[in-house]
Order: sequence, then C-alpha cells, then structure tokens
Amino acid sequence: MDLIANHISHRFGDLAVLDDVSFTVSAGEVVAIVGPSGCGKSTLLSILGGLLQPTSGAPELRGAPPADSLNPLTFVFQDFALLPWASVEENVEFPLLHTQLSATQRRALVDDALRRTGLTDFRKTYPKQLSGGMRQRVGISRALAVKPAILLMDEPLSALDSQTRELLMEDFVRLLADGGMGAVYVTHNLEEAARLADRIVVLSRRPGRIREVVTVPMTRGERGEAAAREKLLALQNQIWSLIRNEAIDAEREVQHA
Amino acid sequence: MLDRAAADTAKDSATRRVRFRGAGFVPASSRFGGWIALAFVIAIWQAAGSTGLVNPLFLPAPSAIARAIYQLAISGALWQHLSASLLRIGVGWLLGTAAGVAVGFAIGLSRLARGVGITFISALFPIPKIALLPLLILWLGIGEEPKIATIALGVFFSTAISVYSGVDAVPRNLIRMAQSFNVPFATIVRKVVWPGALPAILAGFRITASVALLLVVSAEMIGAQYGIGAFVLQAGNLMQTDQLLAGVVILSVFGLAVGKVIGWLELRLLHWR
Repeated sequence: MDLIANHISHRFGDLAVLDDVSFTVSAGEVVAIVGPSGCGKSTLLSILGGLLQPTSGAPELRGAPPADSLNPLTFVFQDFALLPWASVEENVEFPLLHTQLSATQRRALVDDALRRTGLTDFRKTYPKQLSGGMRQRVGISRALAVKPAILLMDEPLSALDSQTRELLMEDFVRLLADGGMGAVYVTHNLEEAARLADRIVVLSRRPGRIREVVTVPMTRGERGEAAAREKLLALQNQIWSLIRNEAIDAEREVQHA
Repeated sequence: MLDRAAADTAKDSATRRVRFRGAGFVPASSRFGGWIALAFVIAIWQAAGSTGLVNPLFLPAPSAIARAIYQLAISGALWQHLSASLLRIGVGWLLGTAAGVAVGFAIGLSRLARGVGITFISALFPIPKIALLPLLILWLGIGEEPKIATIALGVFFSTAISVYSGVDAVPRNLIRMAQSFNVPFATIVRKVVWPGALPAILAGFRITASVALLLVVSAEMIGAQYGIGAFVLQAGNLMQTDQLLAGVVILSVFGLAVGKVIGWLELRLLHWR
C-alpha cells in the first residue's frame, strides 16, 4: 500500500503553513520529512494520517493494505499519548478493544508487540512509573499491535535524552529492517533522518514547500558500518546546507514571536 | 605582603558547609497533627465549661454535648432525625448528580449542548437554591419532594460545571491518539474522556456533598418536622444549646464521613495519579 501526498496545501486562518506538497511513500519505504522549525512538518503528518483536513489537496492511499493490518496508518506520537490510568498492556490493547478480535486474539497480539519492544516484564506497570524511553516503547508497542502498513512518526525521539534516543533508533532500524512496514518520519534531527530513511523530503520555511527529495544511497543495514559514516555525514551536511539559512530565519522568527 | 597572602591562602582552603535553603513549601501534613490540635481545643473548651468560665447556656461543654447525643441515640430520636435527613440528601444528591453528569458530558462533548447549556447554567447557577423552596412547595406540595428537589437542583449545577470542566481538561492528544486508531466515539467517551474527567468529577462530588448538606439543613429549617435541620432549629428555639450543638456535631461527623468515602473513592479510582 502506497501513501500519496497529493498537492497538499494548508492554512491556519491567514497563516499559510503548507503549499502544494506532493510525494509518495511506497510500500515498505521509509521517508523522513525535515525542514526548519514551523515549516509544517507535523501538520503535514497529521494531514497524511487523516487527523487534519487540508485546505486543498488530499492524502491518498494506493493499493490494498496487508490483510492482517488493523490500522494501516498508525501514529507514534512525540508525547507518547499514553493513557495514564491504564497499565502498559492495557495501553497496548486499547486500539484493539473495538475490533472484532476475541480476547485470546487480542492477548496474542499484545504479547507479541510487548515482546518485540522488550516490554514483557513491564506489562502491569503504569506510565508514570516508566522512563521517557520506556514510555515511547509502549507507544511503539501499541502501534505494532495493530500491524500497521505505514508508521507515522512525529518526532518520536525528540523528548528523550541522547542515550535513550540511540537505543530507540536501533529499535526502529530493527523493526523496519524487513521492509514489511513503511514509515513517514518527521524529525528535526538530520542524523536520525539519514540513519533511518530511504528518502528524505526537505521542506522549505513556512509555507512549507518541497525543496528537494534526497535519496539515501545505501541500505539501512549498510549504514551501521564504519565506512558508511562519512557518506552519511556528507549527506547530513548536504541537507543542512539546504536548510541552514532558513533555519536561522525561522529561529529568529520564533524568538521575535 | 607575603604574610597577608599566606593568611588568604589559609582562609581559602578552609571548608564550610553550604547552608540548606530548600525547606518548606511541601504540601504534606503530619499524620496526627490535626487530631492532636482538635483534642487540645476540646480539652480547653471542656476545662472552660467545667470551671464555670463559660456560661453553659451560650457554650455547653463537650461532655454536655456528648451526653445530649447519647440521650438522643437511646431515645431513638437521633435515628428518626438522621434517617429523614439521609433520605433527603441521598435521593436529592443522586438525582442531581445523575442529571449533572449527563448534562455536563453533553456540554463537554457537543457544540450545540455547550451553547445552550452554558447559557442556562450561567443564568441559573448563582441563584440561591433555597430561595426556590417556596416555589417548589407550590409546585410539588408540602411533602418530601420540594426538599429533595431543592437539594437536587443545588447538586445539579455544581456537578454539571465540574463535569464539563473535567471533560474540557482531558488532554486532547489522548483523544487524537484514540481517533488515529479509529476508536469509535462511544469508546473514546468511555475509555478516554470518562477516566480523564474523573479527577474533576470526584472533586466536584466533594463540593456537591457539602452543598447537599447545606441545603438539607436549610430546607428542614423552613418546612420539616423531622431531620437534623428541624431538630437544630427546634433546639435553638427552646434554648437547648447542648441539643443544638449535638445536631451540629452530628452534621459535622456526617460531612466528615462523606469526605472519607470520597477520599476512599479517589484512592481506588485515581490510583494511577
């Protein structure tokens, strides 16, 4: 199943946020969206996931989702969005409650998702008892439980410390390794984008337009090797040179606001 | 010059502990402090009464109040008055709460209901509900109904306000998360909005329990033969201040018991906080 951004534009009142953004996320592909602060990255993700109605254009799907997918487009949120009154396993089970699955089937899905994210021993724990990294793991586990075709990740690591970010990045690489699941990954962090994405969509300053789409010229498996580091660094520098001046302008704009 | 340098070096190498400046401003209370203070006040009160320092007509000693409560209990009058008040409070509170929760959720979840509901609540909430009792007697007769209706009205407005405020305070990111998983509206209300609003709803229960107590006493003072309010008024008219204060103590104990029940509910239902 492909996800298509078809000439998406969006305004908040008089403020133009996105202007004619078009690209396609093919099945199993990981696309990162980067750009200066306020360029509409998160707005674009909300539109792609059907949580926000664009002013013009539309998000579209092409092809059937995998047969076992219960929620083809599934978000992983920056702020985790966990139910604080529910335990880890209840949070993971939450999106399954309204489905036709039996309790046994739900249980199997929850067990599998918890196992894949290393949360099996924490199933009875409540979110407030967990660290930020573990909370995001619960968010990822909840997303995996519905067997998504495409993960929509809105700066999933930005609220975490650098060590936890590194560990979760390794988890993402592992989860996306087999190509069975695609992702749209919104981030400020060019290193994350270069490590995870097959293609990087670079947005301009507000209103966000596509400045360039950069293809990462190696597989995710190859990126872990020492020889790849220089190439990835060069790629990050190339993207940074595209957005640096606009990022400075955007920063000044935020400070003056 | 050199001597001074040596003295400075000695001064610099001496250590001193950084003064602790972080004490206080912690919202914690000592476990028995309140009870000890209460016992102390009662002891002084009792001593003042026993020594004749205070005229027992104006302020009977705690022992006299305890005696009055005991006599009320063994005569059966305590239960007669208390049961009448409990019935009115119970039925009135339940009716007001049920209606308040329903209307509060409607206002919190529906744009139309919010527009209509908040206008009416803003207009009617400030009215002292006891002022409506004569009208309610006209409408409903002189039985239990107008007293129960007065309590229900008082409870309704506070409950509705606390419920829609609670619904408004539910983090929107949780609702968006549920929507992103295609969770149906009813399930979002049941599994996200209701638990999210529960802290505000339970805080509202504390207020409405006090409102119900206040209104039952007022209503019983205006038109009732039995009930703690009627008993207190009657004792006051007969200058039986020990009986009057016995009624007040019973009301206080009842209020305390209701507070404990709500505290227990909070502990059970909001353990995740």
